[in-house]
Amino acid sequence: MKNTHLLGLKDYPREDIQTIIDTGFRFKEILDRPIKKVPSLQGKTIVNLFFENSTRTRISFELAQKRLSADTVNFSASTSSLKKGETFKDTVQNIEAMKIDAVVMRHPTPGSPLHLTKYIDAIVINAGDGTHEHPTQAILDMMSLHEKFGYLEGLKVGILGDISHSRVALSNIYGLQTMGAEVTLCGPSTLVPPFAEKLGVKINYNVDEVIEWADAINVLRIQRERMKGGLLPSIREYRNLFGITKDRLSKHKKEIVIMHPGPMNRGVEIDSVIADSDQAIILDQVLNGVASRMAILYLLLGGKPEEESS
Amino acid sequence: MKISKLKKNVVLKNGTIIDPFNNSEKKGDIHIENGKIKTIGKIAAPKSSEIIDCKNLNITHGFFDLHVHFREPGGEDKEDLNSGSLAALAGGFTGVCTMPNTNPPIDSPESIRYIIDRSEECPINIFPIGAVTKSQKGKEITEMGTMINEGAIAFSDDGVPIGDAKVMQNALEYSSMFDIPIINHAEDECLKCDGVMHMGKVSTNLGLPSSPGITESSMVRRDLEIAVHAGARLHVPHVSSFRSVEHIKALKKKSEKISSEVTAHHLFFTDEDLVSYNTNLKVAPPIRSKKDKKALIEAVKSGTIDCIATDHAPHTIEEKEGTFDIAPFGMIGLESCFGAVNKVLTSNNKISHLELIKLLTVNPRKIMKLNQDLFKEGTNAEIAIYDPNIEWKFSLENIYSKSNNSPYLNRGLKGKIKSTIVKEHIASQF
Repeated sequence: MKNTHLLGLKDYPREDIQTIIDTGFRFKEILDRPIKKVPSLQGKTIVNLFFENSTRTRISFELAQKRLSADTVNFSASTSSLKKGETFKDTVQNIEAMKIDAVVMRHPTPGSPLHLTKYIDAIVINAGDGTHEHPTQAILDMMSLHEKFGYLEGLKVGILGDISHSRVALSNIYGLQTMGAEVTLCGPSTLVPPFAEKLGVKINYNVDEVIEWADAINVLRIQRERMKGGLLPSIREYRNLFGITKDRLSKHKKEIVIMHPGPMNRGVEIDSVIADSDQAIILDQVLNGVASRMAILYLLLGGKPEEESS
Repeated sequence: MKISKLKKNVVLKNGTIIDPFNNSEKKGDIHIENGKIKTIGKIAAPKSSEIIDCKNLNITHGFFDLHVHFREPGGEDKEDLNSGSLAALAGGFTGVCTMPNTNPPIDSPESIRYIIDRSEECPINIFPIGAVTKSQKGKEITEMGTMINEGAIAFSDDGVPIGDAKVMQNALEYSSMFDIPIINHAEDECLKCDGVMHMGKVSTNLGLPSSPGITESSMVRRDLEIAVHAGARLHVPHVSSFRSVEHIKALKKKSEKISSEVTAHHLFFTDEDLVSYNTNLKVAPPIRSKKDKKALIEAVKSGTIDCIATDHAPHTIEEKEGTFDIAPFGMIGLESCFGAVNKVLTSNNKISHLELIKLLTVNPRKIMKLNQDLFKEGTNAEIAIYDPNIEWKFSLENIYSKSNNSPYLNRGLKGKIKSTIVKEHIASQF
């Protein structure tokens, strides 16, 4: 692997993303075995440092670590007790002093994983930094797309919803473009960053056109706080214009692959029947999340791509 | 830096004397007697005078910075009037205007008196700017007349924008009878929201909350319109966006009482420098795009922007070590100013050296209605001696401020201050 850490997918090498995905598929086989555990990271210590609430990402990482026989410690803290910068520094240096090999961190501030690398020697994996990046989510999304379609090059992917506040969107944009896929962003103009076209993506405010164009659509969560911030008039308006509803999809002849990074707001950005239908690969994403995170931990902590499934 | 009292007779020998008031540039000597300018030209030094060899060096007016934060009273862990003065001396500055956003704010005749009294003990000339509104709350205007009598040189709520247009109108109309400048930190707080950097491609890449150039320019336009309407003196501080430049250019045609400044850092950096998430580049207004930087340089060239300021804003290392969202806005700038602007503005002959020196000397003094003819016989000597060509790397040892929140650290600068003369003392960095 070219980079020591996994901080984000901007400028991340294509061959390394491919290696992670390939390795992820091999680890996925392990998850189907009766004994779902390999000794690959025995003796390695990983800290899950969560400065922000998370259920699925934390559990996914924890499970990946346990399947690889790593020792893990969980640290959760609300940032309210960590308002001061030096406390952040103290916290991470204290953890580092206990001799650990890697840190998986979620933090509400963009750039904080990079910040962390300045203070500690351990490998840093970004599990989401505010509205910046969420690289492991994008990798599992790409792995799921690869699994479904067999390729990423030339694939047409729509990302729908609140792009401005989404770390999932930004990492997916970087990763998908690196892998040769085409990306179109769709959502209310107040929730699409004003300089998004500079990222090299297309923007289309008409979701029906995007459905006609795309092979797959990644549906992002719409948070009710956006209404309070005046960025959206109402949920009804959003559903009318952008909702992935049964009615909308039934108007289109082609069947499109539906993804969602979770947690879902059923009945808001996506109808329950769609989320539970065969065209959705949402639960595959969850399983691939464990497999791809196993691959990431394994590769960054020194494993070689071909050795892992012994 | 060594500070010593000037001898009775001091002769600055063989320098290039740049006189930004009389627009002249010639080789020669300066004789200082009892701390005052005696003669300029070819001088036979009187016996027992101190000779300072200025070969290959330029000699000019001491620089003047009309926008610094020295944090006294209340923020002495970051800076005080003495330590700020040392930073000024290191940067060639012999006079500064201090902003009133201290704790408590400088919003009364008594607090102006405090700064004036304290500045007597400091090695440079300090001119306090008073608050526009009581407690900088943006509601009721301060006792400007009495504060002027105590020594206030201008009024500003810097750090806090005056959001209420009616309050701004009151302040400008009231100050117009004294004909001294109101300086408003123009950033519309509704548009700024939680923004910590300029909105553009870089902020999209970094995922940081951001605010666009109109956050500043819309309020600049408002202030300009009110100032023209009121016939009042308005000074626009730290102009950062190209749209603000357009508005200033347009409204300057309608009033001679409008002036503006640009900071060294808005001329030196662009938002692309923030990709490292360096909190020392977190400033308000934010460092903007290449396009904005280009427009600022053009505005300096054309005279739309009148002078350069530092907005020297010290913060402790602990505060700046925090993550980008909680680190405070501001950077120090006095020590690095000349090397930075000299590098940016005189490379590729964007402007002449004389014009650059004016931006740091006569132009800011003119805005504050101070004496600008500093080389006239009998004037208290305020002099900067510098090497305009030396290329050097800015490092911690060049910082005299109590704080070291500088993004210039480890960057190459061009031109360096060697000595600064003011208040009958010489501060040397040979």
